Amino acid sequence: MLAFIIRRVITLVPILILISIVSFAVIELPPGDWVSFRIESLRQSGLQVGEDEIYRLTSQYGLDKPAYVRYVSWVTNMLQGDFGYSFQWNEPVNKILAERVPRTMAISLMSLVLAWIISTPIGIISAVKQYSAIDYASTFLSFIGLATPGFLLALILAYFSITVIGFSPLGLFSQQYLDAPFSLAKLLDLGKHLVLPLLIVGLTGTGVAIRVLRANLLDELKKQYVVTARAKGLSEYQVLMRYPVRMAINPLISTIGFVLPGLVGGEVVVSIVLSLETTGPVLLRAVQSQDLYLAGGIVMMLSTLTVIGTLLSDIALAALDPRIRFGGVRK
Amino acid sequence: MSAQTLNVPGTPTPIPVDPQAQDKDDKFYYATQWNLIWWKFKRHKLAIISVFFLALLYLSAIFAEFVTPYNVATRFEGQQQGPPTPIRFIHQGSLRGPFIYAVKRKADPKTFKFIFTPDETKPIPIQFFSQGDPYKLLGLFPSSLHLFSTGVGKTAPPVFLFGTDRLGRDIFSRTIHGARISLAIPLVGVALSFLIGVVLGGLSGYFGGVVDEIVQRLIDFLSAIPQLPLWIALSAALPRDWSTEKTFFAITILLSIIGWTGLARVVRGKLLQLREEDYALAAQAAGAGQWRIILKHLLPGFTSHLIVSITNGIPAGILAETSLSFIGVGMQPPAVSWGVLLQDAQNLVSVAQQPWQLIPGLFVIATGLLFSFVGDGLRDAADPYTR
Repeated sequence: MLAFIIRRVITLVPILILISIVSFAVIELPPGDWVSFRIESLRQSGLQVGEDEIYRLTSQYGLDKPAYVRYVSWVTNMLQGDFGYSFQWNEPVNKILAERVPRTMAISLMSLVLAWIISTPIGIISAVKQYSAIDYASTFLSFIGLATPGFLLALILAYFSITVIGFSPLGLFSQQYLDAPFSLAKLLDLGKHLVLPLLIVGLTGTGVAIRVLRANLLDELKKQYVVTARAKGLSEYQVLMRYPVRMAINPLISTIGFVLPGLVGGEVVVSIVLSLETTGPVLLRAVQSQDLYLAGGIVMMLSTLTVIGTLLSDIALAALDPRIRFGGVRK
Repeated sequence: MSAQTLNVPGTPTPIPVDPQAQDKDDKFYYATQWNLIWWKFKRHKLAIISVFFLALLYLSAIFAEFVTPYNVATRFEGQQQGPPTPIRFIHQGSLRGPFIYAVKRKADPKTFKFIFTPDETKPIPIQFFSQGDPYKLLGLFPSSLHLFSTGVGKTAPPVFLFGTDRLGRDIFSRTIHGARISLAIPLVGVALSFLIGVVLGGLSGYFGGVVDEIVQRLIDFLSAIPQLPLWIALSAALPRDWSTEKTFFAITILLSIIGWTGLARVVRGKLLQLREEDYALAAQAAGAGQWRIILKHLLPGFTSHLIVSITNGIPAGILAETSLSFIGVGMQPPAVSWGVLLQDAQNLVSVAQQPWQLIPGLFVIATGLLFSFVGDGLRDAADPYTR
């Protein structure tokens, strides 16, 4: 088991290096450089910027050096917890990241759990009652989940929430709780605001999970041990729950790998529509105002955490399924 | 599938079920692979219906100027934020051809909301194949013929199937025109992904070793990171003042940079599998060259799987373009795409008052669904020898 974990952690290294290169490209690619934007914004706010100030900023951010030197210094700074400075927020980037990134990850993970809770019974029923009305309905539902962009669903559901229930789902907290100290009422309010984002972000995952669970369970149900169990006189419920369902649920954990990136991306877009105080709106504004250390930092952190999440799911799967642990089957 | 569809006379059953049926279906044994796929695909009714609607959608996008009554930029004064015009058939108790009532807009003195009241005394018939805004069909042939409208010029009360936006432009016309960009971007993007995917997947599968390892790690990387935040961040590199065409291609390139991985996986997996088949060995023994083996012997074995992957890649492209344009980092107005149209719906208060602004979104969902159904049907048909 330890050997497996070490092997998987080592494969993480090249991926993390690639992520850092791409995040650095986010900072470097746009025309113009960060210092000239900074100087421009300082000038616009009426400050005098002298030659020596420009020189100081240029050398501080290493703009007089070649790109690979800048990349290395960016990575070393980052490893020491310095993600650069956001001129738009007038704060170090890591402070903004520390506040926002955990929220995005929390909402994504909670949606994943919600997606499982919804999809497991639906997946089981549609496999057991294959080609029944429920099966067709769930297939249709999962197709819609895959075909509907999150932002559109957010718009439609927010519309119904406002017009039918009269509840505005914008933000994470209602106005009166924004600066209020922590209390049960505030928690309840947060819960109410989270229902919609969780449902929307989770729907894509639900669609995938239903399809995977149904396909796996259909395969398992054909196997001989099911017939044996039935022949031995187990009740239909026991036949189903004892072995095939347990086998079919395993691959759900392995789907984390390709569902999680989508959920995190979905959360970012949905939070822009519903103006949730997570990474989405910050990323969008950072991109629009060329606050690129912030944008690069967000991409870096979200990608890294997603990859680590995938790694954890791989390890969990290996712990559950000895065939993977010993390299019998790949994934 | 009901038994009825299987027994339609003239439709050969692709899968011989019992020995008696086989004699009747000599055709099955002489059929080419593509015939087999077509026979099996035909049985998937939902997929066939979806193909029909997709064709309709693409045709209306190509001939958008003819299908829609107005041009994208035509504004109607006094008709801003108007609801869809109901098409009526009964005027004062008597049935007649499709017509509309002229609509008058007034501001409510208390709420300042606009109230639209139809003038029910005078029916205005809808004319088919009538004259209207001039345009150039396919950018070549000048014409002013429209599929339907309420007559020439600004004097006739206009018909808005999907209502109007805040500048008084017809949302129906804009949606159909917007389909051009929204439906073309995924096609071009998938074509590009196809190119990258086949080349890299082919190299990876054929050479193996270090090349394979590098390509596989690249695929792992691209599928492990959240794509949308990356796209949003990379769109900062697109200059705002770029022309529509330039932004269009920049976005398709962004899409295909990530979209190729699925195709590369299929190509690699199938190449590895088919390389071991006896007929590949036979070809090698007969002295065929590497390229001949790949192109003539191996490629036909997985073209159908490639088509499935391509079809499944298209909805993702539509979603990506719409999402990016919607949050304002993709296509920019005055370009018209479904995502750009939905920008108007960003303000939830305006959505609550004018829900018809979400109609372009229904097109997005419907198109995604149609492509998924076709992909599903193709997947079942792709391997006609199985089952």
